[in-house]
Parts: sequence; C-alpha cells; structure tokens
Amino acid sequence: MQKLTEIRWHARAGQGAVTASRLVAETAMDDGMYMQAMPEYGAERQGAPLKAYTRISPDPIEIHNNILHPSIVIVLDDTLLPDIDVCEGITEDGLLLVNTRMDADEVREVAINVPASIDVKTVDASNIAVNTIGRDIPNTPIAGALAKVTDVINVDSLKKYVEKSFSEKFSEKIVAGNLASIDRAYEEVH
Amino acid sequence: MAENNIKVMAASGDQMVAEAFRQANPDVLPVYPITPQTIIVEEFDRFVAEGRIHTEFVPVESEHSAMAAAIGASAAGARTITATASQGLAYMWEELYVAAGMRLPIVMANANRALSAPINIHGDHSDIMGCRDSGWIMLFAENAQEAYDDTLISFRVAEHPDVMLPVATTLDGFITSHALDRAELMDDEVVAKFVGEYKPERSLLDTDDPVSYGMFANLGNFYMENKLAQRKAMDASMKVLQEVGDEWEQISGRPFEMVKTFGMEDAERVIVVIGSSIGNARHVARILRERGEKVGVVGLRVFRPFPAEQLVNALKGAKAVAILDRTESFGGEGGPLWAETVAALTKAGVDVPCRNYIYGLGGADVTVELLEGIYEDLKELPAQAAKHEIPAVAYRGNRS
Repeated sequence: MQKLTEIRWHARAGQGAVTASRLVAETAMDDGMYMQAMPEYGAERQGAPLKAYTRISPDPIEIHNNILHPSIVIVLDDTLLPDIDVCEGITEDGLLLVNTRMDADEVREVAINVPASIDVKTVDASNIAVNTIGRDIPNTPIAGALAKVTDVINVDSLKKYVEKSFSEKFSEKIVAGNLASIDRAYEEVH
Repeated sequence: MAENNIKVMAASGDQMVAEAFRQANPDVLPVYPITPQTIIVEEFDRFVAEGRIHTEFVPVESEHSAMAAAIGASAAGARTITATASQGLAYMWEELYVAAGMRLPIVMANANRALSAPINIHGDHSDIMGCRDSGWIMLFAENAQEAYDDTLISFRVAEHPDVMLPVATTLDGFITSHALDRAELMDDEVVAKFVGEYKPERSLLDTDDPVSYGMFANLGNFYMENKLAQRKAMDASMKVLQEVGDEWEQISGRPFEMVKTFGMEDAERVIVVIGSSIGNARHVARILRERGEKVGVVGLRVFRPFPAEQLVNALKGAKAVAILDRTESFGGEGGPLWAETVAALTKAGVDVPCRNYIYGLGGADVTVELLEGIYEDLKELPAQAAKHEIPAVAYRGNRS
C-alpha cells in the first residue's frame, strides 16, 4: 500500500487530460500494475478547467475517492497556474510537472502556492505536439516527460502501449508523430 | 471444460456489465438510456450492431415501457435484461412490483445514482434502496470486477427453479460505472457453460400448456398466498446465491461472500457499509490497523435477501459499530442498512452499540478523513451507550 502512487491532472477540457490519465494507467497495467483512472465529472465545456486522476499500485486499489493528496501533479495548461491552486494537498516530497515554455523557477513564481519541498519540472509539450503530431495535443508528450522524471511508468512500455492502442484508431503517420513526441518530451523535460 | 482464456481488461464497471450481458446471451433487451448506466447499453448496442450477439434490442420510449416490455418478454419465456439508474428506476416503479409478483427472472443492471431534486447525476443509493421492498434480489458491486461477477451470477440465481425472481445487479454511479479499473474477463465459452441456457418451466407462448400471468387475486383469491410464496422464494435465494457464487469461485478463483469482512478477527470498532465505499473503508482500516488500532470493516455484497446470519456472526465481537447509509430515510430512525442491521442484531440477542451515519449523497466524496473521523467517533460510543445517549443519525461529508 505504501507504493500507491496518486496523480492529479489539471487541464482545460479538450486538451486530452482524461485520455492522458488513462494512457498512464493502462501503460502501468500492461507492466502488471493495478490502476484506476477517472475524471472529475462536471459540466463538459471546451476550455473549462477540469481535474482527472490516475492511481497506480502493485496491489489492488481499494480506495475510490478523488485524489486530495497527490504525490504527482501534472498541469497541461499553464494559464491555470495563477487561478487554481494546483498544488493543493500535494505530498511534501511531491512533483509538479507542467506543460509550459517557462522554467521551474518561473512556474514557482506564477503558480499560487508551490511548496519549497516539492520538485518542479517543465516541458513545452504543446510545442512538441505541434511539431510532431501536428496539433496542440500535449497529452502524449507529457506522458513521455512523466516517464523521464519519475519511475511511475517506463518509457518503452509507454511507446509500446501507444503504438498498440493508437494503431487501432489512427494512421501510421499519427502513430509515428505520437511516438516521436514521447521521445522529444523525454529528452527535453527539465 | 473449455480452456479458460482470461483477458485482463482496463475497463469501467459499465463495460464489464456489458461484457457479462453479452456472454449471458440474452434474448431480449428493452431499454431507455440514462446516465450513468449509459455505457452498458452503448456497448451492448455495439455488440448487436457488430453481429457479435443476436439479442432483440428494443429501444423503447421510457423506462416504464422498458420494464413493461421486459415483463412481456420474460413472461413469454425469453431471457430478458435491461439497465437503468436514478429517475429511470423510479419511473419503473409499479412495473418492478409486477415483475417480482409474476416471478419473472429478469436481470437488470442499475448504476446507483441520486434522485432529484435538486438534479444530481452522481452516485448514491437513493434510487436502488427505494425499491428494496419491491421483491427484487439486490446485489451491490464494490468494483468493476464484482460488477461483472455479480451480473453473471444473477442469471443463475434469477432463473433457478427454487427462486424465479428478478435480480438487480448494481454498481455505484460514476465511482464504479465510469472509472477505469482493472478486471478479468473470462472466456466466452466458459461463461456460456456456467450461465447455461434458460429453459422456462412455463411460458405465455407455450400453447400446449397455456398459462396466465398476473391474474386478479382479490379478497379470498390467494393474494396473501402469492406474497408468502415470494417471501419463501426470496428466503430460498440465499442458499442458491451462495451455491452459484461458490461455483463461480471454482471457475474464476474469486470468492463470492455475501458479507465481506476485514480485520474482524480482533476488531472492536467496526464500520458496516455497502457498495464501493467498502473499499474506501478497508483502505482506511488498513492504515489504522498498521498503527495498532483495532478497527474493522463489514461490507455487504447482497442486500436482498438480507444476509442477517453472516452479518451478526461478523459483528459478534465488536464493541462499537458505525452503520453507513448512502441514502436517506427521512423521518426514520436511520437509513435502510442501519434498520436491517439493528433488527438482525436485536433478533440474535447481540448487544452492541450502533450508530448511523448518512454519507456520500449525490456522489459527495468519501474521503480518508471522513472515515477516520467515524472510527474516532466510535471510541466514545460504548460510554454513550452506557448512558443511553447514542447520538441520532448524523450526516458526514457535508458543508456545515
């Protein structure tokens, strides 16, 4: 139970946060882990702030509530930082991962309340997505960045999962773009 | 036996119910869509459209019609399913009693959800607990896996000659219906063999042995006797549930326990709960037990028939019990789980102080802190009981 990892996603509707919460969960499941993924269901309007959750554990996950004390917070849209306390309830040794052009120090300045004890990592996942996939869908590259800065998911497992599941729905070009976005975010996150 | 190819799924509870419905190969599905059972019927409709199953899919104009059509189909001898939630279940009301009174083995999935007003689409037990006296067997899944297992077990229980009652196989709205979870899907052939074919003893369309259903039974015309027969069938379903559940365990490796216990070998302070929150309570009890606190959880998977004997046995060593209801019974002494539990304990002569809490209405979050607070409250309960000062039913998780 100590190994239960809780991730909270902050994004705007339409950025693919719900898909990302599932992508990370299913990647972990393919590596034999138990998982949970769910959005906070509310009004579904394009651009509205939303939260989603991912839980990963080597043991069956019994708790079902919203994640109030995440050890990892991922923000897909940096315009949320001045408005929403994305770090609310984060664990002392937590990690904040943001899709942004800013660096970690700038994020600490802009965001409402970033505890000094947590780690902050940034990656320009939107720019990577535009250059690799052709659209500002930062959810796949941010998962690649997550694989770099934590051991929650493995980058090879992530790519394997993306290749398998995306190939059912998308063209070869889009699948290749997504895989390239993972590699680039893995390299560029800092 | 066919080789059991188990597929580990990343799926929602609704998806797992849809898979169970597909594998049970029903003849007729009359349905009207409502959140949060939506995915069940969407998925099932896809199976029909893809030709993977040949169920007669009947999109009707309301839930009342859905249950009316299900009653007709089932009386005609068809294996019949439907799915609903919340206002949809409420709209079926009078038909629920007809289905049970006519002894029709319909299997209905319900994604447990709040009732209006105010409008709320989230999970609680207001809808399903409201029909607890309608004569349906009622199962409550804790997670997506149990939603799947319960649904398969339901067919065998409903259609058993000693039972012949409708079954509601339920899962908590959004919490279980929509969240992505890990669950095992058993092999189609193995499941088909387990569920078997439905061969009704009688049916409306059997012209060689014509029968009538739902006849007039006024004063002196066996109305009481019909009701007594329903009670006996419900009582008999207890044994059948366990037998079928045990048989499913042989196949799946997952035990079917009507009353699930955690920490009860030495627990003094106990939470009694039903539905997905059993998991939350177990999670919290695990943390507290690591700190040396003697706490436990008793979770019910079956509410009708009420597993009184198992529940009482589980609670025999407890010193203080919190009973959690995710529904209201306005003006009553407590919620339905409280009332049944206290009645069962009293009948068995087990004297343990019990306190009732209302929580999680309209999907209100069931936090670790909420449950820790209840365990903390229970420290005071024996002293309060000694002074005949057990607090009245209390809300938890609301803004004060």
